[in-house]
Amino acid sequence: MSKNTKLVLVLLLLVAVIIIFPLLTIRNSEFGGADGAAEEAIGEIDPDYQPWQDNLIAPPGGETESLLFCLQAALGSGVLAYGFGYLVARKKYQKTGNEQ
Amino acid sequence: MKKNEKKFFVLSLAAAALFCLPVQARAMHIMEGYLSITHCLAWGGLCIPFVALGLISIRKIVEDKPKALLVLAMCGAYAFVLSALKIPSVTGSSSHATGTGLGALLFGPAVMAVIGMVVLLFQALLLAHGGLTTLGANTFSMAIAGPFVSYGIYKLCQKLKVKRKVAIFLAASLGDLATYCVTSLQLGFGHPAQVGGVGASVAKFLGIFAVTQIPLAIIEGILTVIVVIGLETYAKPELKEIGYFA
Repeated sequence: MSKNTKLVLVLLLLVAVIIIFPLLTIRNSEFGGADGAAEEAIGEIDPDYQPWQDNLIAPPGGETESLLFCLQAALGSGVLAYGFGYLVARKKYQKTGNEQ
Repeated sequence: MKKNEKKFFVLSLAAAALFCLPVQARAMHIMEGYLSITHCLAWGGLCIPFVALGLISIRKIVEDKPKALLVLAMCGAYAFVLSALKIPSVTGSSSHATGTGLGALLFGPAVMAVIGMVVLLFQALLLAHGGLTTLGANTFSMAIAGPFVSYGIYKLCQKLKVKRKVAIFLAASLGDLATYCVTSLQLGFGHPAQVGGVGASVAKFLGIFAVTQIPLAIIEGILTVIVVIGLETYAKPELKEIGYFA
């Protein structure tokens, strides 16, 4: 394994640990969005405040919302994977081309 | 910049001023509910010159460095993925990373103003996450403030001869954190507390957003280092073309 491969693996492991740690240590939370918490805070600071505009289109429920978030992540990782696939293959076949 | 691009940029500055001036004039007597509209317009107006600069620098990349377009698309895709993933944090709430640091340090911060706005538009239109009226404020924090902080820290680290991987980590994670600090400021200005005013509100929102964001900022820093390691290994010609190794 090259030095970089090792570093990448260690870093990925570290990312997983950082994500899993709060899930294991904080038991009584649903991990709602921080934007929801901010909405509550606005309610405390400014109890009379009424939002003056609603979202034009809102997903009907959690399932549709998670579908759309998945779609966003899938589109992004698709492009990323296409790019890296192209670049990795280019490097690989350039090398074999030089050897011939 | 081309001649008509200069005109375009000056026009964008004028447009920014147009939206920002009413706020100063009414700063003392803001009515309930009205506050948000002027703030929305002001933040939106402030974004216009940055987005204009971003469009110009994307035009330059398309014309002068067409090879690097694939990497630019990958930077956009990276922001798209990261902002879709809501990650649990130590405060017991979830938030998501921004993914704007990568593109900022490879292509300069202005490019990310455009790319970040596209991401935010997608989320506002389809996901009811953020919103069209707050698009300007969100664009300013995520697509402008974050990338500019990332870029500044990266350049500073280069001057101080900090190791490149450490510099990338610091740039991406502090840019991510900066985005949420700006969000807290925006909310604080928009909703001053009855006791303590803007300062107390900002502190409250910082407690919600910035603290939640700290572990996520570290994650964004790490992931950005990983992607750059991949690009350094496989996209050398492209990175040379955009002057990354200079």
